[in-house]
Amino acid sequence: MIAVPEKKPKGMAMKNRKPLSLHVPVPEHRPGDKPDFGNVVVPDAGTVKKPPIDVRPHEITDLAYALIRVMDNGQKAVGPWNPKLDPETLKRGLRAMMLTRAYDERMYRAQRQGKTSFYMKSTGEEAVSVAAALALEPGDMCFPSYRQQGILITRGYPLFEMMCQVYSNVKDPLKGRQLPIMYSSREHGFFSISGNVGTQFPQAVGWAMASAYKGDDRIAASWIGEGTTAEGDFHHALNFASVYRAPVILNVVNNQWAISTFSGIAGADEATFASRAIGYGLPGLRVDGNDFLAVYAVTQWAAERARANLGATLIELYTYRAEGHSTSDDPSRYRPTDEAKAWPLGDPIERLNRHIIGLGAWSDAQQEALHKELVEDVRAANKQAESIGTLGTGQPPPVATMFEDVFKDMPWHLARQRGELEA
Amino acid sequence: MAMNMIQALNSAMDVMLARDPDVLIFGEDVGYFGGVFRATEGLQKKHGLTRCFDTPIGEGGIVAAAIGMGAYGLRPVVEIQFADYIYPAFDQLVSEAARLRYRSAGDFHAPMTVRTPYGGGIFGGQTHSQSPEALFTHVSGLKTVVPSNPYDAKGLLISAIEDDDPVIFLEPKRIYNGPFDGHHERAVQPWSKHPLSEVPEGYYNVPLGKAAIVREGSDLTVLAYGTMVHVALAAATEAGIDAEIIDLRTLVPVDIETIVKSVEKTGRCVIVHEATRTSGYGAELSALVQENCFWHLEAPIERVAGWDTPYPHAFEWDYFPGPKRVAAAMRRAMEG
Repeated sequence: MIAVPEKKPKGMAMKNRKPLSLHVPVPEHRPGDKPDFGNVVVPDAGTVKKPPIDVRPHEITDLAYALIRVMDNGQKAVGPWNPKLDPETLKRGLRAMMLTRAYDERMYRAQRQGKTSFYMKSTGEEAVSVAAALALEPGDMCFPSYRQQGILITRGYPLFEMMCQVYSNVKDPLKGRQLPIMYSSREHGFFSISGNVGTQFPQAVGWAMASAYKGDDRIAASWIGEGTTAEGDFHHALNFASVYRAPVILNVVNNQWAISTFSGIAGADEATFASRAIGYGLPGLRVDGNDFLAVYAVTQWAAERARANLGATLIELYTYRAEGHSTSDDPSRYRPTDEAKAWPLGDPIERLNRHIIGLGAWSDAQQEALHKELVEDVRAANKQAESIGTLGTGQPPPVATMFEDVFKDMPWHLARQRGELEA
Repeated sequence: MAMNMIQALNSAMDVMLARDPDVLIFGEDVGYFGGVFRATEGLQKKHGLTRCFDTPIGEGGIVAAAIGMGAYGLRPVVEIQFADYIYPAFDQLVSEAARLRYRSAGDFHAPMTVRTPYGGGIFGGQTHSQSPEALFTHVSGLKTVVPSNPYDAKGLLISAIEDDDPVIFLEPKRIYNGPFDGHHERAVQPWSKHPLSEVPEGYYNVPLGKAAIVREGSDLTVLAYGTMVHVALAAATEAGIDAEIIDLRTLVPVDIETIVKSVEKTGRCVIVHEATRTSGYGAELSALVQENCFWHLEAPIERVAGWDTPYPHAFEWDYFPGPKRVAAAMRRAMEG
């Protein structure tokens, strides 16, 4: 049956107007095309002003369309956003980023070997989580999405425990209940990852409101991808954060791709994600997400502002998802295969490495030695975790634990069902 | 030709895009990429960018846009990538799509089909495994459909698209590629070996509101849908019970006649679903059987369902109500 509008609006097709047409954005390049980021404007490092933390948001709307960069083409730190970190902090950041990448590589391989069901790498986005984790204080609460494992690693969560979570084995801190990489650690200020995107963004605002209510000095931070800004939760977060001046940092990791969907479908063709802040009266900062120093500096600025009771900041971290969305994804189906190599903002690890070498505090040989050491650390932790069990070998926690924690106290019907399972 | 479920669903949309210019398809990753389960593969290329396109990640927006389009007179078919992601659209479905015809006294209505993969068995953890059908069957004004094989998948999807009411079309993702019977330790059987993988290439439909008796029997009646149809078939064979297995196919409006006729014949009833037990659709079925067949019942009605917990990643097969649990319920029903 062919559907037709039951009642045509009067006057339709009577006027001599050009018919409307539906616009659907498309990316410039698809598989088979030569990757080209010629449309990405990369301003010089050090050219964006740094306002005082008590600036009125409407005075810095231009920052939502700029790109804050600290490291220049020679990876030298320039301009007002240079956080002037000491070499030890820089090396800590480098180490955490490299460890995150080594961990990702190992766990990705483990999934391919059938040792777990699923994995998600953060390759190319390590600065986003590591620099922020270093700029925040240990007590600050992070509400991450699934690509911020770098926060946990920076905060010293043991690789062994992360791996046991990925393997859903008997030592899995989450008792085999969660999909791999959906970590949770209150001790490390890392909120339980949901798996449904965006939900944690307004929750971070609520946590921050609670901290303000209690007269605490801790702040909250949350991370979502650019695709997730389409969810209502994104707008709930900005709205509540603005109304209550919540001490929270709201990060949008714009890595260009939401599974197969390019950022234009999330609205990037019309405005930047940082500019979403403007209508809510929040500062919106746009930053080179592969520039460790820039990410550190904007996070520090937003954290100081939040801690001074001046409210929330929206940060867009401009970066590139160098690998597939997950082990279930095949990016060669929807984007040029070597697009990652063409990304004009480089690799965050390599850039920080060159920066520290430029300071005279580091060398390629040291970098190489550190890489080997970290790969070995990951290998050793993995050996230990695998000896406990993997999802593939099947040594999960006791099955009866499945019924625990649904409620604080187990109601009769769950106790009965547990009995049925065990019978 | 032989098709798996994905190919059959793809074919249904292909046929309807070709037949009706007012049909269009949208959802997350459905356009160029063809969907994370490949159900819309090739449709954008064949039918054009504005007829099968990607959307922002906003399920509420997807369903709301579909309502607006439906109100204009189009027949949108939207994909919610996983049923577990549908909740941001809940208000639009429950308060809007379901009630538009009623509250406007028929002045407006919004035909739309919401396709969404549901159910476990793929180690998807808590957020890629849920079976939320009862949340929709509880809402007045929504039709809820669950196919269990490629032939029905295509025919029911075509009926859903042609229907003038909003239809929630739940796709049991575990059987996309083969008729999984719950024996996870065995190799996956492809659909090509199953008679219902023989799917006409062109237009046909399978009416909404009509159940299918997939196995005739005299000992007891099994009410199932989706993946559980295949699990029930395996369980009946393994228990050596001559079960009459009914594939409901549509949950609302349910085919009460077929249910009543069968239970009146067998006098025993086992209800099987993967969703959590408490307030699950099985509770409605159990009440219907009790109300309509009480004087014919020879044993208490049995319900086999998922445990009342979130779907736990590592305990996939302890959670999934497999043939062993279904067979045990059949035996209890025979003893009762």
